[in-house]
Amino acid sequence: MKLTGAEILIECLKREGVKTIFALPGGVVLKIFDMLHQQKDIEVVLTRHEQGAGHMAEGYAKATGKAGVCLVTSGPGMTNVITALADAYMDSVPLVCFSGQVPTSLIGNDAFQEADNIGLSRPCTKYNFLVKDVADLATTIKEAFYIATTGRPGPVLVDIPKDVSMDKAEFTYPSSVSIRSYNPVYEGNKWQIKQAAEAMMKAKKPVLYVGGGAIFSGASQELMELAELTHMPVDMTLMGLGAFPGEHPQSMGMLGMHGTYWANMAMHYSDLVVAIGARFDDRVTGKVSEFCPHAKVIHIDIDPTSIRKNVNVDIPIVGDCKTVLRELIQILRATVNGDQRELRKPWWNQILEWQQANPLAYQQAVDGPIKPQHVIKRLYELTKDMDPIVSTDVGQHQMWAAQYFKFAKPNRWLTSGGLGTMGFGFPAAMGAQAAFPGRLVLCIAGDGSIQMNMQEMATAVVHKLPVKIIVLNNRFHGMVRQWQDLFYEGRYASSDLETTPDFVKLAEAYGAVGLRASKPSEMDAVLREAIAVNRPVIVDVPTDRYENVYPMIPAGGSNHEMILEDPPHLKTKQAGSGQVTPKDLDTILTA
Amino acid sequence: MGMEHIISVTVENKFGSLSRVAGLFSGRGFNIESLSVAPTLDPSMSQMTIVTSGDERIIEQIVKQLNKLIDVIKVVDLNESDFVSRETALIKVHTRPEDRAETLRIADIFRANIIDSTPATYTIEVTGAPRKIEAIINLLQPLGIKELTRTGRVAVARESIRAASVLAKKVVRE
Repeated sequence: MKLTGAEILIECLKREGVKTIFALPGGVVLKIFDMLHQQKDIEVVLTRHEQGAGHMAEGYAKATGKAGVCLVTSGPGMTNVITALADAYMDSVPLVCFSGQVPTSLIGNDAFQEADNIGLSRPCTKYNFLVKDVADLATTIKEAFYIATTGRPGPVLVDIPKDVSMDKAEFTYPSSVSIRSYNPVYEGNKWQIKQAAEAMMKAKKPVLYVGGGAIFSGASQELMELAELTHMPVDMTLMGLGAFPGEHPQSMGMLGMHGTYWANMAMHYSDLVVAIGARFDDRVTGKVSEFCPHAKVIHIDIDPTSIRKNVNVDIPIVGDCKTVLRELIQILRATVNGDQRELRKPWWNQILEWQQANPLAYQQAVDGPIKPQHVIKRLYELTKDMDPIVSTDVGQHQMWAAQYFKFAKPNRWLTSGGLGTMGFGFPAAMGAQAAFPGRLVLCIAGDGSIQMNMQEMATAVVHKLPVKIIVLNNRFHGMVRQWQDLFYEGRYASSDLETTPDFVKLAEAYGAVGLRASKPSEMDAVLREAIAVNRPVIVDVPTDRYENVYPMIPAGGSNHEMILEDPPHLKTKQAGSGQVTPKDLDTILTA
Repeated sequence: MGMEHIISVTVENKFGSLSRVAGLFSGRGFNIESLSVAPTLDPSMSQMTIVTSGDERIIEQIVKQLNKLIDVIKVVDLNESDFVSRETALIKVHTRPEDRAETLRIADIFRANIIDSTPATYTIEVTGAPRKIEAIINLLQPLGIKELTRTGRVAVARESIRAASVLAKKVVRE
């Protein structure tokens, strides 16, 4: 039977098991929306901005491990979704984005709402397709999902001109795909894996350095086996949090610019770094020339370009983390003699010493301004038994969340790592909530970044996505302010937001629930109330305006040279909360 | 800057393949000295010859990044073995009557062909290694070069000598 392009698209989505898409209509995709409207298998979440649609698809993908799907119109619809595509590309998120295009006869004519979607998205997608003939549509979509979800995952764009969505073709969905120029390698080289096992047996001060690749590969169980078998400490990147349980005694927490003191010291003084699905980015390596000066490096990654891109690697293994770890464990099981605990004792003693010397710390005065770290810590303690999914935006709150929130399992932590996209958190949380309606989904945000996709609250209310947003409100772009305090002599160039909207009223204006905790003593009750409500909630928490994130490795610094607390000249600034008092408002308005 | 490398890339002969390759070089700050592209015997594939330069790490990245592109079928760094490379230039030269004989002589020395002739110009086609092209340009410049267009280099790996000797042994054995 012949189907229109729009119908073919929907049939393909069904066959790919897509239940939810995030979309915003426009002229050239009307036929597709019209067909979506007449079916019940796929839910369409109408977003208020295409960037929101893209991040929702990302959140969906990160929480489920399956490809997220979004649909946007031509021109501005496409340009709006670019940020989400770039974000997904940096963080290897499997995403299939369908964009509308002007009719094929008008392409290149500067038609209304025309943009070169292929050209625009080329540098920020794993691959993109322009479908010029409806007969190619089904195969193209099959290939798009295949490319997005295999190898190192990433976003794929399918650009569909209006006439292609309306033309008819015989529909057959290919059962398999073969692309001669695309054959990701899953099996690691056996000889290299043997070398790696030998190096691991010999090492005295090894560290497992685990990134987001371990999560996308589904290697958590293997990682646990490997870690316990070898009794090695596990450092996680921002993207790798959750790959290994945060409360496991071998978890070192996050490493890197704002990682724990002991995670970074262990890297610096290690004699063997085993990188598993991590890419040695600059926020982890610090000054490359002084990175892990004593260590041999084993690098397991499915993407060959990640290997030796930033640092030299002694034993490269191209392959899927899960597959390679399995093989590695097999070899190690045969060679490891008994418990490694005794052998690792001196190394662990050193690590414990570092841990005790500089633990993560803050001081919450009973009646002082609320410390942002305290909010995260309490939020964690109150929700840990509910297995929550947590998203963040980008900035100080993100780093505190990474430090103080612990994840027992993968796919619970949704954050924008590579691109560092403010405005990611709320829509990503909504995407996860759409995938798991019954779960508790938290969005930890800053007052600056939450305003970057606030409009999606309307979507959350309409689609009954009861995401709980906790705004750590310091009326600053806090991370910018921190850098200005540390490196720009405290000149707050465009970092002081001066005022933020009344988030309680703002939530209510959208038909959501608004709550506020103004004092440390109110916090638990307010957080509990927010968790109990089955509607979208914003919890506004005015926090200490001048709190900084530590430890911190200054950009370009070496990993063992961390700033651990405010330098003396900043200590006096630690006062005042982010809450706008009526007096503050008067000053702002009359100034 | 590092050493010059010639990289041979086989890609799908699709619209957009060239811009993916070119975009990779510009996006990652790799250098392209020249790039030539044309279909292969199999019209579904194109052959690109890219002349680039960089230290060992950069060349390794270039090769890996090219391989990562979905449309790329095969990448060979020709510097890893022996290769032959050629470039063609078309040079249009102003010729005053008294220079015409000299121009022909120069063309002859370089085994170049005159492929177009007018009373006031010659168009010369010359093929060779880059140094040969540079040399003829240097000699023609005083006469007045009106237009110059170069193809960029194409290259192919030399058949290994070992293969031939193996063949020879086989023959002897038979």
